[in-house]
Amino acid sequence: MRPFTYTGAKNKEQALQSYSPTSHYLGGGTNLLDLMKEDVERPDQLIEVASLDYKKIFQNDKGGLTIGGMLSNSETANHPEVRKNYPLLSMSMLSAATAQIRNMATNGGNLLQRTRCPYFFEASMPCNKREPGSGCGAIKGMNSLHAIFGYSDSCIAVHPSDMCVGLAALGATVEVQKPDGSTRIIAFDDFHRLPGSQPEKDTNLMPGELITAIHLERPEFSEHYYYLKIRERSSYAFALISVAAGLQLKGGEITKAGLAMGGVAHKPWKFKEVEKFLVGKKPDESIFEAAAELAMKDAKPFEGNTYKVEMGKKAIVRALSQAYARKS
Amino acid sequence: MTEMEVWNNKRELGNLSEDERKIFDQLGLNESSRRKFLKGISATSLSVWAATYFPPEVFASAAAALPDNPIKLVNEVKVNLRINESVKSLNLDSRTTLLDALRERLALTGTKKGCDHGQCGACTVLVDGKRKLSCLTLAASCEGKEITTIEGLAENGELHAIQKAFLEHDGFQCGYCTPGQICSSVALLEEAKRGEASYVTDDLREITKDLTLSEEEIRERMSGNICRCGAYNNIVQAFKEVHSSDDEMPTWEFATPEQMENAKSS
Ligand SMILES: Cc1cc2nc3c(=O)[nH]c(=O)nc-3n(C[C@H](O)[C@H](O)[C@H](O)COP(=O)(O)OP(=O)(O)OC[C@H]3O[C@@H](n4cnc5c(N)ncnc54)[C@H](O)[C@@H]3O)c2cc1C
Ligand code: SF4
Ligand code: FES
Ligand code: FES
Repeated sequence: MRPFTYTGAKNKEQALQSYSPTSHYLGGGTNLLDLMKEDVERPDQLIEVASLDYKKIFQNDKGGLTIGGMLSNSETANHPEVRKNYPLLSMSMLSAATAQIRNMATNGGNLLQRTRCPYFFEASMPCNKREPGSGCGAIKGMNSLHAIFGYSDSCIAVHPSDMCVGLAALGATVEVQKPDGSTRIIAFDDFHRLPGSQPEKDTNLMPGELITAIHLERPEFSEHYYYLKIRERSSYAFALISVAAGLQLKGGEITKAGLAMGGVAHKPWKFKEVEKFLVGKKPDESIFEAAAELAMKDAKPFEGNTYKVEMGKKAIVRALSQAYARKS
Repeated sequence: MTEMEVWNNKRELGNLSEDERKIFDQLGLNESSRRKFLKGISATSLSVWAATYFPPEVFASAAAALPDNPIKLVNEVKVNLRINESVKSLNLDSRTTLLDALRERLALTGTKKGCDHGQCGACTVLVDGKRKLSCLTLAASCEGKEITTIEGLAENGELHAIQKAFLEHDGFQCGYCTPGQICSSVALLEEAKRGEASYVTDDLREITKDLTLSEEEIRERMSGNICRCGAYNNIVQAFKEVHSSDDEMPTWEFATPEQMENAKSS
């Protein structure tokens, strides 16, 4: 690991003032320290922000819940309000990593975790995300873990977070503190970005902005929810494909749907068209199959990940069926 | 030529055998990135994460070690670590992980380094009662926190119930993962008392305290501790004995040919 100075920020002001473009905020460190050991991230200063007092969960004025940016993933997933009203979020978070890592990981850090593309992790390989202009090793190389939606010629990596797939299905906004001390609210769909010609940028966050909260919308999928995670072993592994599904039902009809997929794009992939398609339909297997066809119709896989198209369809049908089947 | 000279030759000139060329093609490495890759790989070992995806042949000859100079402290930080109820004051390089501080500076070598990248759980310790990975925790961030390691679990010379159960049930073979498994189990007992959920919990909306965990739940919740010796069955048994006074050994038998057929056709 390269040398860096360590700043334990006492408050938000100190964190923002200490920031320089070559620093990194330090949350739980579960992604950042790993990447620093691999020489992929090379900050000259770490500003510890996990101890800052953004650890509360409370009702917001939109009838939803606000969760602190520095709260750990496990405290968030196990909070009674989250479990009762946003079990889809809890389930997505609990599917991730392990108890130890969830105890360390902060909500802010989770949003900013970087891709698990093996070329990105290995500093001697070409990778446009790690080193712009060096080429993308995955496009013609080992791409079984890579994107089938929204990629570009410069990068085909996927975003690895499970929590973010849950948030995409639920609808949320992210609150950040700007270096000048003012606050900015970012719609969740605008938070992560597609790679385009700048794969080094994972999100639309500006340098120095500090994530302090996530605001959830009014709970709508508290009864019918499911987070399906398909992986190479049954625990402690990243998703090949995951699906967050939420349904609201009235009188035997779907009145609202939330559907997002992980493991398929540079950002959590929200199926807005499918969410609309499901509204007004009677939930049954054939409708779920039609939804899955619609969802995957624009998928463009690579040599190594053609399996993701069929797997994606089956996963959508299964997640929607499981969500529907829950007793309310 | 020595092995090193052969390797240097490859690095400088990209002189690869037919087989090596094929591997690089499969990896998506063209001429210029090949050369760059060969230069890079000789100085470092392959990243833990990437190693599972790239074929081992590529790295077989890349064995040059980093120089072994003694390194002096850079960006020194002073940290008071409260470990197993006693306070230790240390001057550390800011890069020092809690794991290295424990092992290299405090001679608390019970906590093990498996992967050093958050992938195995061998380094699990308790920080303010919560299980965490000491390999991805900076010691500098532990000021004011209560750290418990495997050395601190016994009280008045009496082993912790989980430690005793691991002995009774042979919850290990080589013992390398064991301190992590035990710290993790101790934390899990409390998580179950608090009623925390896991990914395999049926209904997340139903919140009750003092859970009795099924075997499936225990396995999911202990998945952050990997055991190369595969002592999992006995670890689960040891945990169960303390958690729910269930010390029955698991029963198992071979599947009958009929069951095998049924499994295939379903
Ligand atoms: C072995 C392993 C397995 C894993 N498996 C999974 C999995 O299955 N699913 C999954 O979703 N995740 C998984 N993870 C990833 C884990 O969820 C993330 O590493 C974690 O959420 C990151 O949070 P952190 O607080 O530790 O972030 P850090 O590592 O501290 O930081 C990550 C990034 O965010 C920045 N940052 C941190 N906090 C803030 C803030 N408040 N404002 C602005 N910037 C900030 C940092 O500067 C850094 O760039 C796994 C990790 C490991 C090591
Ligand atoms: S897919 Fe993206 S992250 Fe992976 S090698 Fe290509 S540029 Fe790098
Ligand atoms: S040594 Fe920390 S998880 Fe492997
Ligand atoms: S006992 Fe050997 S690794 Fe677990």
